[in-house]
Amino acid sequence: MTNNEYKKIVKAVDKMPAFPNSVHQILALTSDINCPPKKLLNVVHHDPVLTLEILKIVNSHYFGLSESVVSINQAAVFIGYNTIKNLALGVAAMGILPKGKHAGLNMTKFLHHALATASICRLFHRWSGGSEAEATSYFVAGLLHDVGKVVLAEHLPDVYEKAMTLSKSRNIALHLAEQMMLGMDHCDVGAMLAEKWSLPTDIVAAIGQHHEEQLTGVNSVRECVIAANTVAKKMALGDSGNPIIAPLPAEVESYFGRDIDALITALTPHKNELDDVRSFLQA
Amino acid sequence: MKVKFWGVRGSIAVPGESTLKYGGNTTCIEVRTDDNDLIILDAGTGIFPLSHTLLANMPVEANIFISHTHWDHIQGLPFYIPIFVPGNTLKIHGAFDPISQQDIRRVISQQLEHCYFPVREPELSASLEYITLREFQSVKIGENTTVTNIFMNHPVLNFGYRIDCNGKSLFFTGDHEEWFNIYEPGEPGFEDYQVHMEARNKQMVDFIRNVDVLVMDTSYTIDEYPAKAGWGHGTYDSSIRTGREAGAKKLFFTHHEPTRTDALLEKVYNEALKRNPPQPGDPEFLLAREGLEYEW
Repeated sequence: MTNNEYKKIVKAVDKMPAFPNSVHQILALTSDINCPPKKLLNVVHHDPVLTLEILKIVNSHYFGLSESVVSINQAAVFIGYNTIKNLALGVAAMGILPKGKHAGLNMTKFLHHALATASICRLFHRWSGGSEAEATSYFVAGLLHDVGKVVLAEHLPDVYEKAMTLSKSRNIALHLAEQMMLGMDHCDVGAMLAEKWSLPTDIVAAIGQHHEEQLTGVNSVRECVIAANTVAKKMALGDSGNPIIAPLPAEVESYFGRDIDALITALTPHKNELDDVRSFLQA
Repeated sequence: MKVKFWGVRGSIAVPGESTLKYGGNTTCIEVRTDDNDLIILDAGTGIFPLSHTLLANMPVEANIFISHTHWDHIQGLPFYIPIFVPGNTLKIHGAFDPISQQDIRRVISQQLEHCYFPVREPELSASLEYITLREFQSVKIGENTTVTNIFMNHPVLNFGYRIDCNGKSLFFTGDHEEWFNIYEPGEPGFEDYQVHMEARNKQMVDFIRNVDVLVMDTSYTIDEYPAKAGWGHGTYDSSIRTGREAGAKKLFFTHHEPTRTDALLEKVYNEALKRNPPQPGDPEFLLAREGLEYEW
């Protein structure tokens, strides 16, 4: 990597928007069944982008409401708080990742992969007996595990497209192609961004280490992210842009006490739930 | 026009000694128009015995209107026997689900996936039609009947349906909780919320206005309600309020709480009437009961 490219990457990470506080709050509030409605609506109220996105859906043709809904309070009265809560959750989760074109990445498929990994990651956490209070962290870690790709594709589009082509033509893992082209991969860049966002250290480590073949120590978030990422790829839920599906590291297998096939079988009853994440991509 | 109750229970079917009089099946209401067109409101377990009465006069065309897709309102659908007989027609109406972004067809056909039911949807012999409705969309049934809808207040989108035929009318709420302000008086948002709530309530009351038969979700007593606020169900007192405001002629309380025995049901009904002494122009207040028919 040239000094110049490193500087570009650091600058790119700096340019990324701040992690929206409202998103964090909504993810946390929606995991509490006893959360008072006004608390959640209040968060939405104070985030104009979120408010607008939700109103856009509420006013869309399939509700066919007789009049335009112009405020979140009105929306809650018209279609019910619970429906608003579920819409807010979807819109908030999607809001973290940018839409639009990014060099070589099919963003719709990329977002689908991110959301599927997020949902599976949270499920794995629950299966390992993890607490509901922490479930949100697992969702966020899954959602953001590949965020480094977005930074690279957005700010170094030419080099990144070459890395993607290299990965496909030589049939090597994308992060290895990134390392060959940039001296750094999306795991490193993602971890830099996560650090900038002051996310908890176990999430930063999970993002930074999700392609390591040999893991040291135990980090439940990382183990869940790696398993969820692999499962999402095997189940062809979206597309991360990486043609290679690496085997599950031995440490992750022993953490779950199951191999990859057993994990996929265990997920089968949740297939519909995972399909449903796609709906937010169309909103 | 005629209405017959086949299921009056909320949440889950409760057969047994203590529910013999009012019945244990979940929501299903048969409506016959003046032209004998068949309209079925919700497909709870009550649709099973209803469907048996139809077998003698096949082919049968049924217009099913699903208020919402919670289990107790759809679980009888795969056991609607005419669905397995060629020549019969089933038109299923319901709302779009904005969360999973699925129309009524996908929501309902998931019920027939192999892990839930042995017969897959494409294997059903009757002709099936799905109509995903928007709010206030009017559906014509036969020559003289229209069915229109309005969104009520429930944790999932829920249509209340109004049936009009030759000047006669019926309204069924599906599941519905009277709107309440989620803010405390004095808090920012309270007044704004109040304005929207009152406007919406007025819109609903206007929609129901002067209906001959009003069938309302009346799950709870006012004592039970505080612990269940936000669950999306009405009380005797909130139903009485709506019935009076709308000027309904008859009000049937339904969606009885599943743990309510026959004796307790009559007790809470009598207490509610005592608490709300008669006023001029009041609707006739009645407990919906399985098998109960009313013709007008």
